[in-house]
Amino acid sequence: MMGKTLFDKIWEAHVVDQLESGLQVLYIDQHLVHEVTSPQAFQGLRDRNISVARPERTVATADHNVPTKDQHLPIREELSRLQVKKLTENCEEFGVTLYGLGHPYQGIVHVIGPELGITQPGMTMVCGDSHTSTHGAFGTIAFGIGTSQVEQVLATQCLLLSKPKRMRIKVEGTLQKGVLAKDIILHIISQLTAAGGTGYFIEYAGEVIRSLSMEGRMTVCNMSIEMGARGGMIAPDETTFDYVRGREQAPQGEAWDQAVSHWRTLYSDADAVFDKELIFNAADIEPMVTYGTNPGMGMGISNQIPQPVKNVSDSFDKALRYMGLQPGEKLLDHPISHVFIGSCTNSRIEDLRLVASYVAGKRISPNVSAMVVPGSQQVRKQAVQEGLDRILSEAGFDFREAGCSACLGMNEDKIPAGKYCVSTSNRNYEGRQGPGARTILASPLMAAASAIEGKIVDVRELI
Amino acid sequence: MKKLNTIDSSIIPLPIEDVDTDQIIPARFLKATTKAGFGENLFRDWRYHSDGSPKQDFVLNNPLYGGEILVAGKNFGCGSSREHAAWALQDFGIRIVVSSFFADIFKGNALNNGILPITVPDSFLHEIFEAIENDPKTELHISLEDQIVEIKSTGASQNFEIDPYKKMCLLNGYDDIDYLLSLSDKINTFETERTNLKTE
Repeated sequence: MMGKTLFDKIWEAHVVDQLESGLQVLYIDQHLVHEVTSPQAFQGLRDRNISVARPERTVATADHNVPTKDQHLPIREELSRLQVKKLTENCEEFGVTLYGLGHPYQGIVHVIGPELGITQPGMTMVCGDSHTSTHGAFGTIAFGIGTSQVEQVLATQCLLLSKPKRMRIKVEGTLQKGVLAKDIILHIISQLTAAGGTGYFIEYAGEVIRSLSMEGRMTVCNMSIEMGARGGMIAPDETTFDYVRGREQAPQGEAWDQAVSHWRTLYSDADAVFDKELIFNAADIEPMVTYGTNPGMGMGISNQIPQPVKNVSDSFDKALRYMGLQPGEKLLDHPISHVFIGSCTNSRIEDLRLVASYVAGKRISPNVSAMVVPGSQQVRKQAVQEGLDRILSEAGFDFREAGCSACLGMNEDKIPAGKYCVSTSNRNYEGRQGPGARTILASPLMAAASAIEGKIVDVRELI
Repeated sequence: MKKLNTIDSSIIPLPIEDVDTDQIIPARFLKATTKAGFGENLFRDWRYHSDGSPKQDFVLNNPLYGGEILVAGKNFGCGSSREHAAWALQDFGIRIVVSSFFADIFKGNALNNGILPITVPDSFLHEIFEAIENDPKTELHISLEDQIVEIKSTGASQNFEIDPYKKMCLLNGYDDIDYLLSLSDKINTFETERTNLKTE
């Protein structure tokens, strides 16, 4: 019998039924819910007069729309306040666990899932948020869904899906110093384009991926959607088990041993066949920056912005016009005025430690306004215990409370029009960080160093 | 969900690639708790200046163009999973989006809201844009039943693919959720068998 991929093993174990057309009914082990994409789904249940089928398989938090200052006070912005209140009411009415604003477990949905041990290898997980792919770092099939599908999962714990194709991306060799997980994934996306993964579920493999911490693996899987892939995943190993062990909702005692022996079977067999396979050489990866208005428009820091390709020149020109940049230009030494360190891509304790260790004893440029937004209350607490908050504040960073913040500018954390922001988040779309804001995606180390220098730097020359 | 079969309509051309859902409906307009009213902020920042005055060069503000069909460059709907993008298009009156490539999540969201995403080859997309350039009032004839899209002014036509189940849903106005709810016995059995497997 032909070997199976990691993806196939987990997918097949969750198929409830199959339609003649090929669509499959997939059972969802864990559903995560937040305030922005769920109110219409709960209303749908009410309209049909049905309940949440498996409330114990759903966990909710408030993250997209919450302020990152003075969270103990009522939310000032009325619509945001009402949306967060609606989530609380919906969770009470339908019996869903909520880690809402003020709860010690509140935070970005893709940060709290793993840190509470909710995310476990072999699971199927969904959330009305495209960065649900983050959880794939644990060897789960995790992907973002729309609100109609949120309603379907609430109502039936299942989804009707066409099975994606499988792609494997291996990263082999040795990373240069100063090159992080974020650079790996920005490099891959720049090579595949913002559409190159569409229709696929990606497995990341190879010695470089294996060597990453869970935080690094989450950063890689998080941005799978930025090349259009439904999700990304990494086979679980000792690094995974060490991370999950002892977390609040992780299996304990005998159940733990049973779980781990099952998780050890979750890998792609040696003779498994992928629809597409790519190999990247780690030595080719530089610290990355984006220059355009989608995450595929990225380049190594020593490179120049490419010349437009004939067929797509209108879209390319539009992007550069928005960014105020020219083909042939370098981004190295380009002045910036804002730095955002946070988001479900890079707001975990490892990211904060790295930034703090770089900026300790330094001071941000007087021309820069810089913000660090921890991914969760628990990350924030840990950072305070380790004294990172003091180091960051002394360096001139504004150390905030947990939320999605300036990644998407739904709350008041916005970058002003026309300003350049080096951001550790995942999207550089027009207006993503506020109307007219110009986002340059980069690693936490590149963002920290750029904040200190007041311009875009090559961090390899500074460490 | 509204039924959909044949549509004859003029076109709104948007020959931009990689249109992300943040452009279709920016995040700051996602604070509503109902599905209504998103149309007024469809393509908000491409459509209006920051003072709220219309940007004259944007297609939705050009009286030459209108209709129920949006024709857009490849990789339409990439990025955020927000279904608000589909609600905004629907609320504005768009029933069909034609492109040479759609992002997965958007495609699913559109189908779940009675909007038909039609994927055509790059060359046919180019033909449509050319026909619009020659005559802004160019109409498309679309038949879901026959899975065909035709440029009325040139007579050029193109077949398109759609999952037979999804086609049936659109033709009849059915939701996935009705189907999934009808499977509750199978879902229960799946859960029981799985629990037994784990405790064996």
